[in-house]
Amino acid sequence: MIEFHLDSRSGVAPYMQLIHQVRHALRLDLLRQGDQLPTVKDVATGLAINPNTVLKAYRELEYQGLVAARPGRGTFVTGTLSGSSLAAYEPLRRDLRRWLDRARRAGLEEESIEALFLSTFRSASEEDIA
Amino acid sequence: MTALHTSGLGKRYRRRWALSDCTLQIPEGRVAGLVGPNGAGKTTLLQLAVGLLAPTTGTITVLGGEPASGPDQLAKVGFVAQDTPVYAGLSVADHLRLGAHLNPGWDDSYAQRRIDRLRFDPAQRAGKLSGGQRAQLALTLAIAKRPRLLILDEPVASLDPLARREFLQDLMEAVADQEISVILSSHLVADLERVCDYLVVLAASRVQIAGDVDALLASHHRLIGARRDEASLPADQQVIHARHTDRQSTLIVHSRHPILDPAWTVEQLSLEDLVLAYMSQAADAPPGRRPVLEVQR
Amino acid sequence: MIWLTWRQFRIQAAVVSALVAAFGILFLVTGPHLVTLYRDSALAACRSNCGQDANNFLNSLSNIAPYHLVYLLGALLIVLLPAVIGLFWGAPLVARELESGTFRLAWNQSVTRERWLAAKLGILGLAAMAVAGLFSLFLGWWASPIDHADAIGASGGFQSRFFPLDFGTRGIVPIGYAAFAFALGVLVGLMIRRTIPAMGVTLAVIAAVQIAFPLVVRPHLITPVRDTTAVTASVIQGLGINGSGNQMSVFAAAPNLPGAWIYSNEVVTASGSTSLGSIPQACQPQQAQGFQACANALAQMNLKQVVVYQPADRYWTFQWLELGIFLTVAVLLAWGCFWWVRRRLS
Repeated sequence: MIEFHLDSRSGVAPYMQLIHQVRHALRLDLLRQGDQLPTVKDVATGLAINPNTVLKAYRELEYQGLVAARPGRGTFVTGTLSGSSLAAYEPLRRDLRRWLDRARRAGLEEESIEALFLSTFRSASEEDIA
Repeated sequence: MTALHTSGLGKRYRRRWALSDCTLQIPEGRVAGLVGPNGAGKTTLLQLAVGLLAPTTGTITVLGGEPASGPDQLAKVGFVAQDTPVYAGLSVADHLRLGAHLNPGWDDSYAQRRIDRLRFDPAQRAGKLSGGQRAQLALTLAIAKRPRLLILDEPVASLDPLARREFLQDLMEAVADQEISVILSSHLVADLERVCDYLVVLAASRVQIAGDVDALLASHHRLIGARRDEASLPADQQVIHARHTDRQSTLIVHSRHPILDPAWTVEQLSLEDLVLAYMSQAADAPPGRRPVLEVQR
Repeated sequence: MIWLTWRQFRIQAAVVSALVAAFGILFLVTGPHLVTLYRDSALAACRSNCGQDANNFLNSLSNIAPYHLVYLLGALLIVLLPAVIGLFWGAPLVARELESGTFRLAWNQSVTRERWLAAKLGILGLAAMAVAGLFSLFLGWWASPIDHADAIGASGGFQSRFFPLDFGTRGIVPIGYAAFAFALGVLVGLMIRRTIPAMGVTLAVIAAVQIAFPLVVRPHLITPVRDTTAVTASVIQGLGINGSGNQMSVFAAAPNLPGAWIYSNEVVTASGSTSLGSIPQACQPQQAQGFQACANALAQMNLKQVVVYQPADRYWTFQWLELGIFLTVAVLLAWGCFWWVRRRLS
């Protein structure tokens, strides 16, 4: 069974951290279809976080089609996110490598590249929401 | 139903107002955090809620009833006071018996299980317990009477980190199990961040801001950009806190709508940043200035 | 609440009970012999005019070591009992909870603070009254031969039970004192909120009342009897002349009123004045005619002896009156406790 942890300094909301950890475990095949996720009570007690936070994470995962809640029995994994799916995006990976090379040749340092990427990524995400 | 409903609540001691013009509506089913500096009125508000104090002005209802108005109302609310008073001369088992005799809704098997799990010696006098153990005993007494609302006044303030973590873990377990609402006060925002989904910031004896944590975090942002006068912002963006250098302005802003002005870098706030912003606003504000009203869900 | 009241109270209850029990044993051990002594004395056989026999009996007891001591110890304990109850049962009852903050635990259980207070006041108040009543009973039983002798003729170091400072050591008034002291202690503790200062104030008030009441209030509860009789030579006991030689006071023997409480015994003129007039020739200090001649001369002056007293048969009336007064005050103090606990918040 997966065990959760929280990084209180990461700036990422707790429920998002839980979602990421489930998705990460799915990608690495540590969680398989049919596995049970820890109960809301166990996660809330173990991490000393609000049970609603856990519920929110599980509901979001259910919305993403990755888990399903069976009343009275628990929450079980129903979907997959295997690593092989990333292979389908090989062209994107190649484009990204090319962009990174261009950025280095333009003289940008590592931190500048990361800042440029993150700010563009975030504002693009916000525009999507707006 | 609302867990706590106050309207214009105020409490005065001789000449000083410990709490003034407090209007709150904390819904049931939440773990609500009450945060503010020492002397802000947190203990006063909580003691008003359990009926240990009577209001000077305004009204307060808890779970629809007047605080401490009768045995039924008292049974609905569990309370752990600051510095967790226990009877030093009574043993742990005696405290459980006290709870059993004085509370019709007492769940003795729950209380015994907790005492076993905490590995308390039932015959040990409560005066010999450590601070963390006393807090756990007080929490046991409060939860075992099966209240609908638990009110905790700085329960972890004097506990070491391990005791603090264990206390919060047990509290979350009770919330997960029993559909209890919780109102707890603290001046440590880090603890509140993990467990609270509703927040009230109390500073200078007034409510500065109150609302669901998610809603609060979604409606407050940090704006970083070129130096600019606060008054130049649109009306629906309220500046809570501002810092200026000669070139740069950093503003903490409350806005219902997303901020799309490209001149700003917009960042998310942590709960601690939000609380600090409101606390410094209260510290700088001239008396009598109206604070931001409660955020509607 | 009953369990909680006793559990919080174990030590105080044990101490007082042990004290009363210790005295009970003392009484049991020495009592029967005292009864024997009494039965063997002339007093028991005497049928009339037994004053002298009574005094002989009491004098004989003063010389037998344990009895006088036990009598005094018993009187001491019963006088101190209200203070002990007020200080150790009453004052800490609420003050200790307020001082240590445990009221924030107690008043958030599912009992209202009024019910909490009512249970503690009621249970412990009744216990205090029972302890006082029981001890008074034990003491009264043990001392009955002595009290009986007192009622006939008081002397030898034992006083009439009606005398102001002895009245409170017998009968039912100790019950009233205990109730009053307890209720007072609780109210003072409620108001002062600190145990030790509350104990101090309670002690001061109880002491003041125990001294002032017999001297200031009790004499006026029932109008005393005022007997005026002519002064004859046989009752005159002595004569006093003031420093400048022109005023005299005449001392007359108190009438034989066994068991009565005598307020005053004065010799006055026929019109009631205390200025008795000029000193008779036969009583001048220079004259050497003897006391009898002086007494005869005084008897010619038509003086009156005024004795103000409460007759012995009013003893139990006074007991019930005083019990009633102290119980009423205790109830008022208890009502004060409820009013204070409701209005006093944190």
